[in-house]
Amino acid sequence: MYFDHSATTAVLPEVAEAMTPYFLEKYGNSSSIHSFGREAKIALEDARKSVAKVLNADPTEIVFTSGGTESDNLAIKGVAMYKGKMKGHIVTTVVEHHAVLEPCEYLKRFGFDVTIVPVSSEGLVDVGDIERAIRNDTVLISVMMANNEIGTIQPVREIGKLAQSRSIPFHTDAVQAIGKMPIDVKADNIDMLSLSAHKFHGPKGVGVLFVRKGTKIEPIIQGGGQERGLRSSTVNVAGAVGLGRAAEIAIRDLEPTCEKMKTLRDRMIKRVPELVPRSYVNGHKTKRLVNNAHFRFDFIEGEGLILQLDFKGIAASTGSACSTGSLEPSHVLLALGLTHEQAHGSLRITLGRENTEEEADYLLEVLPGVVSKLREISPFNEKSPMGPGEGGTYVQ
Amino acid sequence: MYSEKVMEHFANPHNVGEIPNADGIGKVGNPQCGDVMWLYIKVKDNIITDIKFKTFGCGAAIATSSMITELARGKTLEEAKKISRQDVADSLDGLPPTKMHCSNLASDALREAIKDYEAKQAAKKA
Repeated sequence: MYFDHSATTAVLPEVAEAMTPYFLEKYGNSSSIHSFGREAKIALEDARKSVAKVLNADPTEIVFTSGGTESDNLAIKGVAMYKGKMKGHIVTTVVEHHAVLEPCEYLKRFGFDVTIVPVSSEGLVDVGDIERAIRNDTVLISVMMANNEIGTIQPVREIGKLAQSRSIPFHTDAVQAIGKMPIDVKADNIDMLSLSAHKFHGPKGVGVLFVRKGTKIEPIIQGGGQERGLRSSTVNVAGAVGLGRAAEIAIRDLEPTCEKMKTLRDRMIKRVPELVPRSYVNGHKTKRLVNNAHFRFDFIEGEGLILQLDFKGIAASTGSACSTGSLEPSHVLLALGLTHEQAHGSLRITLGRENTEEEADYLLEVLPGVVSKLREISPFNEKSPMGPGEGGTYVQ
Repeated sequence: MYSEKVMEHFANPHNVGEIPNADGIGKVGNPQCGDVMWLYIKVKDNIITDIKFKTFGCGAAIATSSMITELARGKTLEEAKKISRQDVADSLDGLPPTKMHCSNLASDALREAIKDYEAKQAAKKA
């Protein structure tokens, strides 16, 4: 059973169905003027309208991209480097996705300054910290709507208001938020917003950047001038159709889906610490995505936990270094003030629309045994916490 | 991606535990990096007669720990000292490149345990 919906989701049958004709019969290039092209163009513009409606935006403000990472890159580099500018200041946060942090890091090479605002131990950004970080030369504020690991929801509306009052473009990565909370770019004062189709039951390889009319932005990919010049490349029509359909469904089903996921989430967050000794919940109690339950367990390491759960037929994820291929545990968990040792023992459960109560019960039934099995192998326990033990020294 | 052998040893690790009154103990790794291994040996007539481990770490760390106990048991101390990281990895049909360094601590732990044993013996004689 699948509890890793923040990694990716299944394409819904009705989404796949909507896309299929645009691979097989209606395969035209949406830039062509003949009937094949026009047919593709109509579908593309319908998809654009669907996305715009979901965000409370205008269709002309929707740019199709290859995914969340490209959308984040376009928003950050496209605004910061507008008209060849090579200096300025960007405000972002320590819990952003790498798709935001790495472009910011890249811009530093060219002379940009970046302020990375910290978060509370629950992962929450303080709007006052954002305000204090703003300088006269600040060209962009980028704060995610909800965190991909611990699910903390940021005060985007307040940050948007602040940005607006200072006339600074405001970008938000809403990749994890769509389908799990309402999004309204007007009410939330958002200038740019990133989406990725595969996180809400659309296909992989297609995303959106909403760009408010009048935002000073230029493309990062040059070519044939598609997407009103902001994103050259023949448009992925089938992908856009899939994204549009998935967005419609996400909003159509928002209320019942959220209700269902929230019930399961709350059950996990309540039960896991009761069932597993020395386990802790990461993230915020209330400002939290309805589908995210994030835990940490003393004395064990996350990759082992994920593999053991996998043996039992459960797919979940961890912020442990060992699972990511890097030597560092998740930067998000470290930003909460967790030690490396603590961050290694983390477990992320992310629910989807299809998860059932029975599946949640099964997870709760299996998890305590899996944790204690790994604890039996671990040299650490209450008597011997994460140190070398009596008389021992570590050789590294 | 782990080999089947790694997964086997991870799923059912051999010789997990501690040895009370062990003749030598080797502790290697660093909890910050996510991998720590404690290895216990019992030695008789220069031969490793019993060996057990406790490991905090990823799949590879647990599998290499399990494998070293199999490779070292019944070996003379001289033979055991020669077991290399590569030997452990080879016996597991290989390890992913990122795991070769950080999680392949078992042979180091074994050498530390032997060193500990030898130091204790030398102290007894003195």
